[in-house]
Amino acid sequence: MKEKVESIKNELSEDLKEVKNIQDVQNLKVKYLGKKGLVTDLTSNMKDLSIEEKKEVGRLSNELKGLVTETLTNLENKINNEELEKKLKNEKIDISLPSTKVSCGAPNILEKLIEEVEELAISMGYDVVEGPEVEKDLYNFELLNLPKGHPARDAQDTFYTDGDTLLLRSQTSPVQIRTMLENTEKTPIRIICPGKTYRRDDDDATHSHQFSQIEGLLVDKDISLANLKATFDVIAKKLFGEDRETRFRPSYYPFTEPSVEMDISCFNCGGKGCNICKGTGWITVGGAGIVHHNVLDNCGYDSEKWTGFAFGFGAERLAMLKYGITDIRTFYTNDLRVTNNFDRKDV
Amino acid sequence: MAISMNWVKEYVDLENVDLKELATKITNAGVNVEHVSQHNLNNLVVGEVLECDDIPDTHLHRCLVDVGIDKRQIVCGANNVRCGIKVIVSLPGAILPGGFEIKTSTIRGYESNGMICALSELGLEEDTPENHAKGIYELPLDAPVGTDVVKYMSLDDTIYELDLNPNRNIDCTNHIGFAYEIASVLGKKVTLPDISTNPIKDSIKKYFTLEIDTPNCTMYNAKMVKNVEIKESPDFIKNRLIAAGMRPINNVVDISNYVMLEFGQPLHFFDKDKLGNKIKVRMANDNESIITIDKKERVLTNEDIVITDGTKPVCIAGVMGGANTEVDENTKDILIESAIFNSYNVRYTSLRLDLRSEASLRYERGLNYEYTSMAIERACHLLEKYASGKVLNDTIVYDNIEKKEKVAKVTLEEINKTLGLNMNLEDVKTSLNNLGFDYKESKETFTVTIPNRRLDVEAHRQDLIEEIGRLYGYDKIKSVLPTIPNKSGKYVGAVKYRKLISNRLRSLGLNECKTYTLISDEENNMFKYNRHEQIDLNRPMSSDKKIIRQTLIPSLLKTYEYNKSRNVKDVMIYEISNTYFNKTEEDTKIAILMKGNYINNLWNKTIIKTDFYLLKGILENVLDYLGLKNRYHLKEAEIDGMHPGISAEIELDREPIGYLGRVHPNISKDDIYVLEMSMTKIIDKKIKPIKYKEISKYPSIQKDLAFIIKKDISSGTIEDSIKKAGGKLLTNIDVFDVYTGENVQDDEKSIAYSLTFSDPTRTLSDDEVMQVFNKIIEEVEKKHNAILRDK
Repeated sequence: MKEKVESIKNELSEDLKEVKNIQDVQNLKVKYLGKKGLVTDLTSNMKDLSIEEKKEVGRLSNELKGLVTETLTNLENKINNEELEKKLKNEKIDISLPSTKVSCGAPNILEKLIEEVEELAISMGYDVVEGPEVEKDLYNFELLNLPKGHPARDAQDTFYTDGDTLLLRSQTSPVQIRTMLENTEKTPIRIICPGKTYRRDDDDATHSHQFSQIEGLLVDKDISLANLKATFDVIAKKLFGEDRETRFRPSYYPFTEPSVEMDISCFNCGGKGCNICKGTGWITVGGAGIVHHNVLDNCGYDSEKWTGFAFGFGAERLAMLKYGITDIRTFYTNDLRVTNNFDRKDV
Repeated sequence: MAISMNWVKEYVDLENVDLKELATKITNAGVNVEHVSQHNLNNLVVGEVLECDDIPDTHLHRCLVDVGIDKRQIVCGANNVRCGIKVIVSLPGAILPGGFEIKTSTIRGYESNGMICALSELGLEEDTPENHAKGIYELPLDAPVGTDVVKYMSLDDTIYELDLNPNRNIDCTNHIGFAYEIASVLGKKVTLPDISTNPIKDSIKKYFTLEIDTPNCTMYNAKMVKNVEIKESPDFIKNRLIAAGMRPINNVVDISNYVMLEFGQPLHFFDKDKLGNKIKVRMANDNESIITIDKKERVLTNEDIVITDGTKPVCIAGVMGGANTEVDENTKDILIESAIFNSYNVRYTSLRLDLRSEASLRYERGLNYEYTSMAIERACHLLEKYASGKVLNDTIVYDNIEKKEKVAKVTLEEINKTLGLNMNLEDVKTSLNNLGFDYKESKETFTVTIPNRRLDVEAHRQDLIEEIGRLYGYDKIKSVLPTIPNKSGKYVGAVKYRKLISNRLRSLGLNECKTYTLISDEENNMFKYNRHEQIDLNRPMSSDKKIIRQTLIPSLLKTYEYNKSRNVKDVMIYEISNTYFNKTEEDTKIAILMKGNYINNLWNKTIIKTDFYLLKGILENVLDYLGLKNRYHLKEAEIDGMHPGISAEIELDREPIGYLGRVHPNISKDDIYVLEMSMTKIIDKKIKPIKYKEISKYPSIQKDLAFIIKKDISSGTIEDSIKKAGGKLLTNIDVFDVYTGENVQDDEKSIAYSLTFSDPTRTLSDDEVMQVFNKIIEEVEKKHNAILRDK
């Protein structure tokens, strides 16, 4: 018996030398472990043997079966792995080839800037409110303390659409008027109103007949210029960097009194003086002031009880300063090669 | 506005004041000094050319010039240099603008000890070819040789160029007003100029009567000066007018302008003999006309104020005088007018006649009646002194001005509360003193009288607070956030939806655009879907911006063309903007334009090209996102500007809200797809809140089938029938094939559907599914004359 086992083992090791592929292994499986295989055959004449002998033969043949199975399975796995590796190697791709572009659309540059201001304002408790662009002269001028014939109307050469009563708004301030008038309960107000505005200007690199403003209005009790300055600080630092300093200069707007120009220290030179700040170290970014008593009274807020501040920015000016844009028409031509650069988070 | 600081010095003491620093102080107090120009010239003297010979073979001349200290040889290239003229000589050591230093040098072998100058070389005139051609500057022949030219020509003046806000272009557009502003900033006093005269014993009332026949003239002063001698003005008047940007003409005209720039009060001089004996101010009659001093005929309306001689107009009040009474070289006696006219009328008239002038602007902005009376006396003073005039001893005065003292109260607390400052009583007093405002103070309450010269300051505490604050200095304000309740901010109303939809469209790969609201006729005539009465501008600036748009599509097409011409091939864009019609109605529109490949990888052929169904998918994505699933559908429709076979109207709750499809080939040969719909209508819809919906735990059964139908039957109608017959058990329909060609007739098509059946409460049996399935087949075959296709 033992000889038979040894002889099968020897035959197997000879056979293994000839194995070239997975089919050869399958064939060997059949030859040794199949129904009529050499290993199976060892136990074919068991019935003639004594119990002791049966035990012995059983043990030896099982051992041999185990050995052959293991050997062939290992070999099978080895060949399979080799073939898989070969296959995977063939599947290797060139990772440097261009991607299939999945792109989100980009915001309009100006809108991106406006949204940044909106988000900041919302975080400070301001509501974002919009109003109509075709507006009444009453709201765009008259109730804002700009009666007909007021010299300050000269600076805002306006597109009228119907006699002298309807116009394309020359500023976003009428939204403040509407908000105050509509708030019949006369409760405190905190809003910003971004939007399109229009003036009779010939379009060139720095002028546009259509432009955008972002205005803010806060109406409450005991509001001061110091409150306005702190609010401006927050906006200036958010848009132009934490190390910005701010200052107020006296100015004039018909709807605020006192009125101020809002300056930031130059972000380019830090205040030493350069081309961007025209050597002054300061850049004017907006106008503001304490709401004029006439405006409050016109809108049903008793100016003896209520005070407020209002501020306004030219959105294009902010964006031009922030992103280094030199031609205002850039915002309205929508060159996608430009726009696509703005589809990213800003630091 | 240009201010001569040499001039201002007459009214306020500027001894030892650095004018550059002063400009900064004034700017910080609210009157913006935009530019300070100082001539930094030295070593310039008056010279007399004694000899002048040509240097052979050159354009140069050898000159012998007397410069006072010596007579020296100077080489000069100008054409107009010649013997006997007085010239400006810059001596060695002089530094001309641009840092060019004059040195003794040798030119073509001739020693040159200085330079004879042109004004442009001194920076006194622009360096233009015309000015260059004028050659060297010739001084008056009486200019004293050797004198410092800077002093002689008053070049030591400093000019402030002011950029004034509308409130301060009333008082700071004259030298006295500006002197008051300087005095406020420096805490000094203003001295007014001499207005005294030595009148002759004669009365204007002998010569003239005055009648005011309109409420639009509130003050009229007239004085007469006899025997004026018309000649050149003295140097100081000429120099100051030039510095302030006005051209000297003759002494009489110059004095009129001088006084206007001094007090801000425009004057008008009539030739007394031409005027007659009556002055009547009235409104013009419609179509009445006058020839003005520029020799043009002006047709008037009843909104123009005119000065007449009793019958015919002799002057358009505040705007321009008439040629018939103009002062000329033969004028002997002058009638001076110093008046106040309704600013609205002057504005209206000057705008209508396109005759806005330094004078008319001042009338428009308003005048201080105190100066109206002073200015006429000042003019007489100057005419007496510089035109040898004889001033008559009285004045004709019409005065209908309402003289109300402007008095306002303000408390220290109010000042500090508004400014956010901590001023004390002394601080406030200093500000008020410097401003020159009279006040009384008791118990920290100031009662302030606002002087007439400050027309911009109204009798209200807020006005006083601003004046006090700007002088005290806004740089002292410390930032303090308002102490108001915390609350969260939000987007209110339509803007909230605009943001939502905008973000969704961006995430779907569309780029946001902003285009102009105003469009041309041509653009307005495109895509006339659902039009209303258009809004035109009253006075458009150009033909390409004259109508407020009702559609955004033409603007997006323009954006597409712009990008296409810059080689951007795939253009996926949108805009959400307001449109307007019927005078004031607003409709916020969402517009999309898509052209080219939506997804693009050329080398491995992963390409999704824009077509109708992609745009339809974008539409569904947005509407589903807004919670409007199953409430919209597309309807076949012919839309203006769209491909008749590849376009559809969008209906939401059976109401049309817009359209989508391919742009008509007549408009563009490119296969451009567009969509436009009303956001206003979309956000009007009520939307149900999100509710959890259980997904069936039981297995679903899928069955496929295909029908051959006539080509003109839409898949949608087949689906409707399938749904109707399928009932509750049919939970989904997919189209998985659309086929035309072999085995299908030319006028037919085959559409294959994959149907899913399920029930949330149980497992369906094959039998019941087959029953429904057969019912579906029967229904579709019957209703649409369809043939079930063999599997």
